[in-house]
Parts: sequence; C-alpha cells; structure tokens
Amino acid sequence: MKLPAARLCLLPAAVLILLLFIALLLIVCAYSLLSRGAYGGVGLPRSAESYTRLFDPLYASIFARSFAVAAISTALCLLLGFPLALFISRSGRRKNLYLALVILPFWTSFLVRTYAWMFLLRDTGLLNTLLLSLGIIREPLPLLYNYGAVILGLVYGYLPFMVLPIYATIERIDRSVIEAAADLGAKPWTTLTQIVVPLSAPGIAAGSVLVFIPCLGAYLTPDLLGGGKTILVGNLIQNQFTTARDWPFGSAVSLLLMALVMVLLLLIARRNQEGLL
Amino acid sequence: MDAVLELRKLSKSYANHQVAVSGVSLTIQQGEFFSLVGPSGCGKTTTLRLIAGFEEPTDGDVLLKGVSLRGLPPYARNVSTVFQNYALFPHMTVRENIEFGLRRKTQMRAAERQKRVADALEMVQLTGKESRRPAQLSGGERQRVALARSLVLEPDVLLLDEPLSALDPNLRKQVRSELKSLQRRVGITFLFITHDQEEALSLSDRIGVMNQGRLEQVGTPQDVYLRPRTRFVADFLGTVNWINGVGVRPEATRISYHPPGEGERAVPAVIESSLFLGNCLHVKTRLITGEPVVAQVSRLNGSYGCGETVHVWWHPQDEIICPQ
Repeated sequence: MKLPAARLCLLPAAVLILLLFIALLLIVCAYSLLSRGAYGGVGLPRSAESYTRLFDPLYASIFARSFAVAAISTALCLLLGFPLALFISRSGRRKNLYLALVILPFWTSFLVRTYAWMFLLRDTGLLNTLLLSLGIIREPLPLLYNYGAVILGLVYGYLPFMVLPIYATIERIDRSVIEAAADLGAKPWTTLTQIVVPLSAPGIAAGSVLVFIPCLGAYLTPDLLGGGKTILVGNLIQNQFTTARDWPFGSAVSLLLMALVMVLLLLIARRNQEGLL
Repeated sequence: MDAVLELRKLSKSYANHQVAVSGVSLTIQQGEFFSLVGPSGCGKTTTLRLIAGFEEPTDGDVLLKGVSLRGLPPYARNVSTVFQNYALFPHMTVRENIEFGLRRKTQMRAAERQKRVADALEMVQLTGKESRRPAQLSGGERQRVALARSLVLEPDVLLLDEPLSALDPNLRKQVRSELKSLQRRVGITFLFITHDQEEALSLSDRIGVMNQGRLEQVGTPQDVYLRPRTRFVADFLGTVNWINGVGVRPEATRISYHPPGEGERAVPAVIESSLFLGNCLHVKTRLITGEPVVAQVSRLNGSYGCGETVHVWWHPQDEIICPQ
C-alpha cells in the first residue's frame, strides 16, 4: 500500500535530525578548529592545535583503554546474551514474560541503577557487609572504583541491547531448518554451532554494534563505578567541557571518536555484504 | 520382501486432548514407494514427524528394520526427511548442504565423502552448481538439493513431506516422473506424504488413505481407487456418483438416448450441461430423484443438449459398494 503522505511522515524526524544532529555536529566541527576561551567557550584565532594534541601518547592510551573496555564488555554481553536469547526463544508461552523482564530495568533511570551498584559494591556496601559478617573476609574487598566495576556496570546496562536483536534473528530462523540438521545426524551442540549461530549472525552483529558504541563513549559508568580512576574517552571529553574548560580539544576528541566508530561500522557493513549472511 | 518400517498402533494426542494420530498400524516393505494421502489435518504429517523423531508418540511404536525407535532422537534414526519447504541451510552452498550429514559420520574418510557428494550431485543433475547458495537456485533445483542431501546418507527410509507442493504446476508433473525413476534407481524405500490423490495414484506401489488420524485403507492404487472400503476413501481419491447407495466413477458412467442392453444398470436422467474438454465431454445430469450425476464420456459418441432426457447407465462390475 502506498500512502500519499509518506514523505510528509518523514518530515518531523527529518527536521529534528537536521537541527539537533547535523547543525550541532557542524558547531562541534567549528569549535574544534578554534582556540579555547579564558573561561570556557571558544574564541579566535582559528587553530588546528586541538588535533595535533591528539597525537600525544597519553590520549592514544586513553583511546586504547576505552576500546579494550568496550570490547570486553561487548564480548561479555554476547557471552551472556546469546544463551539468554536462545533460552527465551525456546520458552513457548513464557516468551513475552521473559522479554518483559529483560526490558524491565529500563523502567528506572540508568543513573539510579548505577548508584544501586555503588551501594552493592562499596566497602560498606551490601556485599562486603555480608561477607564480613559471615566471617568469610576480614577486610572489605575492593569491588568498586576499578575497571572490573566499570565493565560490570556496562555489561549490566547494555545487556538488553544484545539480547533483543539476537532474539529477533533466532525467532526468524525456520524451525524446519533446525529439524533438518537433527534429521541429518547433527547432535544439538553441532546444530547450535553450525546452524543456529551462523544464522543469528545479523543479530549478533547488530547487538554487538548496539553495545560496543555506547560502551566506547560511556562516561557515567566509568565516572561513578570507576571513581575517576578509570579515565576513558567519555570522561576525557566530559572533562574538557567542565573542569579543563578546553572546548576546542573536547570537540576534537569527540569528532575523532565519531570517526573511529564510523570506520568500524563501515567495516562491519562491508563484511555483511561480502556474504556473511 | 522384508519389512523395513513398521508402525504399531501409533498414536499421538496433545495436551489439549486433540488427537492427531490414532492407532495407525502399517508395514512398509524394503524398496517400496508408499504414499500416505489424506486431507489437510488428517494426521499424515504428524505420522511422518513421529517416524523422523521430531515428536514422540503418546502410544504405540515405530520399528525400523525390526528395532524400536522409541526414545531415539532424530539424529540417531537412520531415516531422512525431505521437508515441504526443503529446509536447506541458507548460509551453506549446495555442496556444504549435501556434505552436512556425511560430515557427522566422523569415521568416514574425506575421499569417500567427496566421492559420495559427487555421485549425489550427478544423480540429481546439479553438477556444476555445487558452490551456489540455496537462494541462487530455482524451486526445482532446491528440491533436488534436498533430495540429494538426504539420499547421500543412504537412509533406510526416505520421508517426503509434500515435496512437490511448493513447485509450480507445470514443473510438478515433470518432477513427479523424475522422482519415480530416481526411487527405482536408488532402491531406497520412500514414504511419501501428499494431499494430491493423482500424485499418490501415479507414483505409489501402495497407498494408505488417512482420515481424522486414522488409517482408513491400505492397498495398491487400483485397490483403493476401484475398490475403496469406505465412502471417504472413494470420495477422496476422485469424484463418485452415488446412485441408490452404490458409487460409480464419472469415467465408468455412460449416457445414451436408448435403454442399454440386458444386465446393465440404468436410471433415467436429464442433461444439465455438457462441457467440451478436448479429449472428452464432461456431462452433468440430474436424476428424477434430484441427485446430480456427472459423466466423462467420449466425444466420439455425439453431443448432448440441455434438457434432453437420457439413460445414465453403467456395468455392474464398475460399481463401488462400500458399507456406510
């Protein structure tokens, strides 16, 4: 069915994207090419200094760390999310209940949930108090303010973004294809690795992108659960706009991050075209 | 001949008390082309799924070469299925699809596997297309990949679940004859599921007619078509004129202006319509009692006009008599 007003339906979203995304992106581009103002903000003269500073090994290591944290978090999400998605798709009438449970955390703010983790993990938190009172440990375990806590927070926060796309592709796999594999002599594990996983590749790719990109730019989780000891790209950018008051450099860092993400997405898209699917 | 597959009072009902298969007993001989026919929902596909092991029977048993398959998962049964939609692995090439089952046999050497795949490709005339994906094949080619993928494993019984229904009608007749000659060549027992009575009659050594989960009759195509034991079987396998409790097939029904000779059965009727079908005439008549009777008669015996009074007659040996 062709709607006569199809283009009109596009309009609100197009206006929003145009104003809030493209226009703001141009402003960021412009900022990155200016000098820092005395009290924040930007000023003349024009300068490419923000970009040359990016070559400082200090920032390279922050980028590398951020990629590592995002990659580990994505891998853990996949490791937890794939079996979970598989389980839900095999749950018959309970499917919708389980899906609702996966989405349930979204009902409260991410900030609140991150604080909840702090209450669980800190030295006087629930976990340490429990272990101390049971006499299992004598000193509180350093559960908070390290990379482990950051990765835990990221995995917890973004797991649903991995589960949902994988679930959607598993659901679309023709049941008879799975029966055919068993019929041809494949044991369940073989059917899983040779048939179900390859056929879920689009969902795995989509879920990984959806988890990896926000993890790469995350600043709230590293800030709260890392306690400022774990500077990631997101924190670097945030600092430039707040305490460091270096808006041009902050703009340059965020543009570099965006460029890296886009290159990554292009690589994935090309791989998909080359017949991964 | 040896029995290869035996169903013993096979039954399947579901949690909601819906009965899909009810007490089906059947013995299929080695090398036989056996068809299970019936309308949709009659339980024929469930029967096949019980044999393949996709579902467990609630009662009864399946024996393959005399050994019970009870509790065995599909991958441990030496039967293979050709699915209605073929269920090819979309991410694998034709070769990988055909190899899939052989690769599960870990004791088989690579050289032996290669040879069997090459033979299978040749058998279904797909040599040269082994590196294509299922999406790059025509419907007929996909069906042949599905056949090759199963036959390469040399199963004791090949289960075919309406394998022709996804093909367009022109192709269907051609594939039908190919299927029959393929079965003769490989000598593997075929259990063929269809709702198309013409397909079943033309392909099978024997036919089982199913209705509401039960097996109504088993016999050769001639048996079930000419000597159906129930009215359902008679009606399912072709049109029947039911006249005073006996059935007459349209091709056995004759029409004449004069009363037929001694020993023939005849009733008066009025012509309602006459259709010219090229090779024959399809004549609709109505008896005085109001019942319709159709006849398929030779166009060489002349034509009939609407409203004319005629004698509808038949030979007594062509009558179908089945208990109500």
